[in-house]
Amino acid sequence: MSETILRVENLTMHYTTRAGIVSAVDDVSFTLDEGESLGLVGESGCGKTSVANSLLKLLADNAVIKGGQIRFKGTDFVPLSEEEMRPYRWRNISMVFQAAMNSLNPVYRVGDQIIEALETHLGLYSHAQARQRVTELFTMVGLDPALMDQYPHEYSGGMRQRAVIAMALSCNPDLVIADEPTTALDVIVQDALLRQLKTLQEMIGMSMIYISHDIAVIAEVSDRIGVMYAGKLVELASADEIFHHPVHPYTVALMSAFPSVTGPKRELQTLAGEPPNLLYPPSGCRFHPRCPFATEICRQQEPEFKDHGGGHYAACWHPQEVTV
Amino acid sequence: MTSSEALVRVEGLRKLFPLNAGFLRAPTSFIHAVDGLDFAIAPGESLGLVGESGSGKTTTGKLLVRLLDITAGHVFMQFDGQVLDVARLQRSDSKTFRRKVQMIFQDPYESLNPRRTIFDTIAEPLQVQNIGNVLDQQERVAELLNLVGLSPPSTYLFRFPHELSGGQRQRVAIARALVINPAFVIADEPTSMLDVSIRTSIMQLMQNLGTQLGVTYLYITHDLAVARYMSTRLAVMYLGKIVEMGATEEVLQRPQHPYTKALLSAVPVPDPRWTRTPVEIKGGISKPIDPVPRCRFYDRCPLAAKVCEDNDHPPLEDKGSEHYVACYRV
Ligand SMILES: Nc1ncnc2c1ncn2[C@@H]1O[C@H](COP(=O)(O)OP(=O)(O)OP(=O)(O)O)[C@@H](O)[C@H]1O
Ligand SMILES: Nc1ncnc2c1ncn2[C@@H]1O[C@H](COP(=O)(O)OP(=O)(O)OP(=O)(O)O)[C@@H](O)[C@H]1O
Ligand code: SF4
Ligand code: SF4
Ligand SMILES: [Mg+2]
Ligand SMILES: [Mg+2]
Repeated sequence: MSETILRVENLTMHYTTRAGIVSAVDDVSFTLDEGESLGLVGESGCGKTSVANSLLKLLADNAVIKGGQIRFKGTDFVPLSEEEMRPYRWRNISMVFQAAMNSLNPVYRVGDQIIEALETHLGLYSHAQARQRVTELFTMVGLDPALMDQYPHEYSGGMRQRAVIAMALSCNPDLVIADEPTTALDVIVQDALLRQLKTLQEMIGMSMIYISHDIAVIAEVSDRIGVMYAGKLVELASADEIFHHPVHPYTVALMSAFPSVTGPKRELQTLAGEPPNLLYPPSGCRFHPRCPFATEICRQQEPEFKDHGGGHYAACWHPQEVTV
Repeated sequence: MTSSEALVRVEGLRKLFPLNAGFLRAPTSFIHAVDGLDFAIAPGESLGLVGESGSGKTTTGKLLVRLLDITAGHVFMQFDGQVLDVARLQRSDSKTFRRKVQMIFQDPYESLNPRRTIFDTIAEPLQVQNIGNVLDQQERVAELLNLVGLSPPSTYLFRFPHELSGGQRQRVAIARALVINPAFVIADEPTSMLDVSIRTSIMQLMQNLGTQLGVTYLYITHDLAVARYMSTRLAVMYLGKIVEMGATEEVLQRPQHPYTKALLSAVPVPDPRWTRTPVEIKGGISKPIDPVPRCRFYDRCPLAAKVCEDNDHPPLEDKGSEHYVACYRV
């Protein structure tokens, strides 16, 4: 059995704003094994990026971790200072930010930025070796190494995304957190990149947390999948279980709304009701205003996030039994 | 569509970026980002633009809104019977142009001004064009925030972009582009960060504007399911060239160009049990730098033959019922 490298317990994170408190991550728990990849899905604004940023404690000024633990190989990150966190970033855990396209420094050549990361975090490269490593990394993500000496504004959106992925992989981290890393890639490049990530995972035992709104991509990369709704993790199970036997009504809705490219052209469905506003999360189960199965207890009491058998976790008073 | 009916007409459009140019040093080579495009979009139509990353989609969009200078070719647009030559706009036409044409940018982390509130961001086009007083503007902005699913609007109006999620920023960018009822919208991956449900309501919103107000779109996306829903015709780009163009359903159901076929076979399937047959093109990295005169897809094409190497890039030809393909072997 592989080792658990990350154990998140009851993580809760808020943003303080003039209008009140935004409850972006509420009591979230999950684990991640060495070499495992966990997909994180959920509606826009449900807290996926907030979870990712919390893990590395790369938080906005108005964000506060209110409680819980983030144990990476036994060390709890929550009480650590900025200074104490720094050695873990990049070397142990690297991140591809959702703002990837915009996270390169505009005044430096793209290749030099990766070389700098290599030198700062590993420190043992000669310049020629570092350039060699950048060439390798560029090839790995499908970028022409000839573009290494160009500036970020000379790259297309997808090229910038790939450069940032190359940078995240540069120090052979134990865990890569990738937040919507392929939004600007065509499906062929995306396919090649996902394969590459899979290979790396198998080769060096790298673990991955992969955030995407695209459940088809999540299906391709994830061993297990976590589904978030309104700041809560509402379901967590193997990819196969989530796609074929979802338990939570929100997951069921998510799975049936996917449009097809070549099959019959269906009317597209939307989830009825408004997306929740995290300034005023609904009482009880946060999904109740939109849930077709909601009853009184759902409005009153929050369902517990618990195992429904075989490590299939869900938080719902009326779990569904469906086969998709 | 005859050319006089088109809302947008693009002829021989090219954009070259010099490479390795320095102070007092002439460039030694060029990136052929957009290399001879011809297409037209009818009023109320939506043309989907898909293609490989780096093939020139964003550059095309930016040329159409005059954010980049055209290297060669023409862009004509027609509003209320008046034809504008976009590269040579008269000063008096500039304001009309800005009112009629809007672009939604690919990266919502770059395109929203971090120091402006959401209200100011969305209201800016109204302010620039002097439309309505402050109260009217507030009402209009609130209306749009509701339409893009950011409700209640009062909780978003005075936030700054960094206080929003990625998909929320994208929706602000969409609201901003639609706030002055433009006639032509260039949407560059506008919903790439949105989940299916919210994406669907935004696509429905954009389509309703299309049918009710006659808004015309150039819709850039890498998501073929989105392209299928949003566009009546589809153009596929590869290294600065359109390699296939036709009615969307026709192109998706009967793709002819080897690149389009590969693209369709790579669409991920939402099922972890599914194992895909590998994409039928050679790997490799496309170079838009000083391309040699032969088919641009030659290095990666499973059908490549001598004719493809001995001749310049194939012309885009009608293979019947306005299904255009640029390939010697189709
Ligand atoms: N700095 C901040 N201050 C206040 N609210 C914030 C801040 N950052 C994010 N939020 C809010 O917190 C919620 C969760 O945001 P988060 O970025 O985690 O969502 P997400 O799931 O990543 O969404 P998306 O898929 O759209 O990127 C959103 O409702 C957002 O508006
Ligand atoms: N300002 C610039 N200077 C130099 N080269 C540029 C510039 N802008 C774009 N390019 C180059 O032009 C080509 C086309 O870029 P463009 O951004 O149009 O691609 P795209 O089709 O939008 O790709 P993506 O899907 O990745 O966003 C790329 O090779 C890119 O490197
Ligand atoms: S707890 Fe109730 S409201 Fe919540 S998802 Fe389950 S059935 Fe629906
Ligand atoms: S012209 Fe030749 S190389 Fe080009 S796409 Fe057609 S078969 Fe392939
Ligand atoms: Mg996010
Ligand atoms: Mg682009």
